[in-house]
Amino acid sequence: MKEFVCIECPKGCRLTIDDNLNVTGNTCIRGKTYAINEVTCPKRIVTSTVVVNSKIVSRMPVMTEHEIPKEKMFDIIKALDEVRLEVPVKCRDVVIENVCGTGVNIIATRSLDK
Amino acid sequence: MENIRTYDLVVIGGGAAGLAAALKAYENGVKDVLILEKEPCLGGILQQCIHNGFGLHTFKEQLSGPEYAQRFIDKVLETDIQYKLNSYVVSITKEKDVYYSNDEDGFCHIKARSIVMATGCTERTPGAIMLEGDRVAGILTAGQAQKYLNIDGYLVGKKVFILGSGDIGLIMARRMTLEGAKVMGVAELMPYSNGLSRNIAQCLNDFDIPLYLSHTVKQVVGKDHVEKVIIAKVDEKFNYVPDSEMIFDVDTLILSVGLVPYNIILEDIGTKMSSTRGAYVDENYQTSVEGIFACGNALHVHDLVDFVSEEANMAGISASKYLKGELNNTSEVTLTKNGNGISYIVPQQYRLDNIEDKIAFKFRVRKPYHKVKVVIKADGQEIKSIVKPHMLPAEMETIKLDKKILVECKELTFEIKED
Repeated sequence: MKEFVCIECPKGCRLTIDDNLNVTGNTCIRGKTYAINEVTCPKRIVTSTVVVNSKIVSRMPVMTEHEIPKEKMFDIIKALDEVRLEVPVKCRDVVIENVCGTGVNIIATRSLDK
Repeated sequence: MENIRTYDLVVIGGGAAGLAAALKAYENGVKDVLILEKEPCLGGILQQCIHNGFGLHTFKEQLSGPEYAQRFIDKVLETDIQYKLNSYVVSITKEKDVYYSNDEDGFCHIKARSIVMATGCTERTPGAIMLEGDRVAGILTAGQAQKYLNIDGYLVGKKVFILGSGDIGLIMARRMTLEGAKVMGVAELMPYSNGLSRNIAQCLNDFDIPLYLSHTVKQVVGKDHVEKVIIAKVDEKFNYVPDSEMIFDVDTLILSVGLVPYNIILEDIGTKMSSTRGAYVDENYQTSVEGIFACGNALHVHDLVDFVSEEANMAGISASKYLKGELNNTSEVTLTKNGNGISYIVPQQYRLDNIEDKIAFKFRVRKPYHKVKVVIKADGQEIKSIVKPHMLPAEMETIKLDKKILVECKELTFEIKED
């Protein structure tokens, strides 16, 4: 039996999961998936920034389009150091495809024209 | 004679609240809208909140802060809503003159038929918490550190200690760790965390960052820059516990010790203020000055931007009603009162006949509660009680009541009843 706080939404449900992967304490389906992932293969969204040649700001916010395995977090942050974006960038533009072999793209999360 | 431009609606602040209020007013027929924003772009503080988790209520998706803002900005750009950037509002008057300045236009005087105050909040500073020790470089608020890192691209320290377990502090613990800093720990004065439970899980536990509850910074030590911080345990009366000191060798102390609604220009014109340090408002989010509305973090600090947008929508609708002469400001008012265990309630008053079918009351509890009831009384008579499994001071509560059950009364009290 394991207990943890669900991170899927701000509600923060207190989840428990037993050895047969029965989940209790969740108030939605996402909580169940989260709990099962957390004991089998913990996953996280990674957010960070990359260099951009904008006149307004010097960093473009980016994130993984979906969850990635938790142990890849630092590798992904490292991969982002190499990126140099040029404006214009549209929110949701792909910045890196299949980052670190996870099958997940890094996307921009802001639009910058100049 | 000076020709003064008059706008139907001037929205002060182009962040989450201002954008939503302007859009909602526009959708409800107010076409002559001006947003005044002090930063070089719209979006407000969301632009530096690059983490995900925004928009679950509004868009049913987990967006980053900038993307949440982008959705509103894109909508504003599709309308005739006007906006001025780098424009700082210096003062307003009760007659709704607005004075602002920017590099292009200089010092400007305009007039508004209605105003929405969406000025957000500011962080409590080292001075505000009477932080003891050397006043050296390397002490920053979490929001400052966040702006340096996420907008400008500078990591402010390599070995960091965080005071206060507010959400921004927790988010920055993770963010700085990912970018290569070592976060030695987070100290929280209270015996419970002030951040959302999910942020304790994903920002501290994921990176094995210790959280020291009932602890605070006793002294900052350094010559020109922070060299160490001394942490001590506190008792129930917040006095230091003898011999409980711990010393951390760090170069940076980050403060996440609370946010305060930013309302200097409202206070200057004598607007009635509430215990939240935001304006005292009615069910239409109208302040004590007719035609001036307040919403978002300028009214009371929210934990979720989705609720800011929702509240700003209400303020936008109210501004449109006010301009059409549809707001009733004359009938009897009911005052809301925070009873046992509740620290504040918004709105602070309402007029029963202005409510269409439901009214939302927002409040926070003073301390964590488990399995209690929120009891609502009209002039002392219980009209509703709601069972709550968990309530935390860090999480804003909302109770929506049907107009049907709100009998006429002078005072509506909310209180916590423990079994």
